[in-house]
Amino acid sequence: MNTKDEDRLREEQPCRLLDRLSILHMTQSTRDQTTGWLMVFPALTVVTIFSLYPAMDSFLLSLHRVYLSLPGLGQSFIGLRNYTHLFQDPVVHQAFIVTLGFVILSTTLELLLGLGIALVIHEHFRGRGWVRAAVLIPWAIPTVVASQMWRFLLNDQYGVVNLILFGDRVGEYVPWLADPWTAFCAIVVADVWKTSSFAGLLILAGLQAIPDEMYEAARIDGARAWQRFRHVTFPLLKPAILTALLFRTIDAFRVFDLVFVMTQGGPGDATQVIQFYGYKTLFTEGRMGYGTTVSVTVFVALLILSVFYVRTMGSTLLKREPT
Amino acid sequence: MTKPFSERLVLLIGIFVAVLGSLFPFFWFVMTSLKSQIHVEAIPPTWWPDGSLTFYESVLFDRHVLTSMGNSLIVASSTTVIALLIATPAAYALARLRLSGKAWMLGGLLCVAMFPQLVIAGPIWQILKRLGGLNTHWGLVLPYVTLTLPLAVWILATFFKELPLELEEAARIDGCTAWQTLSKVMLPLAAPGLFTAAILTFIYAWNEFFFALLILTDPAKHTLPVGIALFQGEFTMPWGEIAAASVIATLPLIVLVLLFQRGIISGLSAGAVKG
Repeated sequence: MNTKDEDRLREEQPCRLLDRLSILHMTQSTRDQTTGWLMVFPALTVVTIFSLYPAMDSFLLSLHRVYLSLPGLGQSFIGLRNYTHLFQDPVVHQAFIVTLGFVILSTTLELLLGLGIALVIHEHFRGRGWVRAAVLIPWAIPTVVASQMWRFLLNDQYGVVNLILFGDRVGEYVPWLADPWTAFCAIVVADVWKTSSFAGLLILAGLQAIPDEMYEAARIDGARAWQRFRHVTFPLLKPAILTALLFRTIDAFRVFDLVFVMTQGGPGDATQVIQFYGYKTLFTEGRMGYGTTVSVTVFVALLILSVFYVRTMGSTLLKREPT
Repeated sequence: MTKPFSERLVLLIGIFVAVLGSLFPFFWFVMTSLKSQIHVEAIPPTWWPDGSLTFYESVLFDRHVLTSMGNSLIVASSTTVIALLIATPAAYALARLRLSGKAWMLGGLLCVAMFPQLVIAGPIWQILKRLGGLNTHWGLVLPYVTLTLPLAVWILATFFKELPLELEEAARIDGCTAWQTLSKVMLPLAAPGLFTAAILTFIYAWNEFFFALLILTDPAKHTLPVGIALFQGEFTMPWGEIAAASVIATLPLIVLVLLFQRGIISGLSAGAVKG
């Protein structure tokens, strides 16, 4: 190869030429590192300032006694006393029980209904696009709107639920949101209506990953619909169901909007979930130290769940590295 | 292959229940918004509306619903644009470039998505107070961008990963830098993913309530969810007005769902299962 050829090559394919020279190749990969860091830098900055720093700050605040209404008192460091107080606070106990009940009941129902929805919208039939859109609508509706809507549907005088159940027998109309147990069921129903379709979509993605041949094989072996579901669909669907379960659990733990709009935690403390109690202590009563203690405790509980989540789910993305 | 009659019957019942259950509650609220006051407060309730538009008139002209709608639109669209501008390069780098600490960053983003809002709410409120961001649109957009970034990055990273590696290699061999490869080759190809991420971010910001309630205390700055949650009547609950405002707040979302059902479904599952 003469110099003239090399010049031409350099002009046309500069990178390929660089590739041949190992030292230059190394600098290119370092340059990739630099560009990569520049590309993730804005995202990291935003997340650090508005998520990581606030979370750290909350943790520090939870070790202090701070009242928003009494700035003169300043912040006195009291170690873990907020936490010992938290574990003896009967209101917190009650709130944890309500939250736990809400999480277990609503996620169970959402997974069951979600599985049903997924099985239906996975089938091939005319107008499937419309059915899928219809099922998505509860997911798209703002939670605040859904909450006001259910509050009205369950109204003791004008509500359609009473109309459907009792018709003209006005005397039998039930004030659903005034009784502790039915009010609790009401927020569960509203949450299940709003989010079952999301669980359904996650499960649908799992269904779509099952190859058709599996069903064909089962069919040829003479398996009936229920047997195909029991022995083919369900075992292969487990990872998707687990994903939906974790997403829904974490989200249900953070329930706030529904309770704020529908019941304000009442009647009594029947629907006072932990997130709502924390909000009241923080922003209504202004007990910054104790309020953040409540939120940090919820956070730690969720962190354990997320670590579990990243372990099981996040690894798949990393396994599929192109290099 | 035709299915046995019993299987088709079960499917039909399933479709019927799913559609009725999803639509009826909201359908009833839409009907309520079209009644007149006497019908809304009838006991027992009346089934059919009389087609009165008085609630829409009062909501659009007397209440602050139009202002709230404008606020929601500004906040949701700014959040979408800024979040995507930040998320796209990050997602590309995390999906395609050799970068040390990638696993930690993806895991960290996922953890951030799991934060209870309450744990960051107090400090964010104090930061915004110091910066003068309370009761401003940008003061709400900043936390929204943070909260939507993880989902946007995950969706986009999934899309970038599915693009053929050869195209990218060809661009690099032709001498494109990483930035040029992203903007000239990858972005046009990832347009559907970008679009999906944009819709999901927009819906999130349009619907968010907790931070909007904390940061925007001035009624003139309220977004639609805050306005609807804090609707108060003088003596009784103004259910007709609440229903009309709710329908107005939900209509844009229903249009989005009808138009982009396919993209939304693939985007939501991309963040989770395929991820």
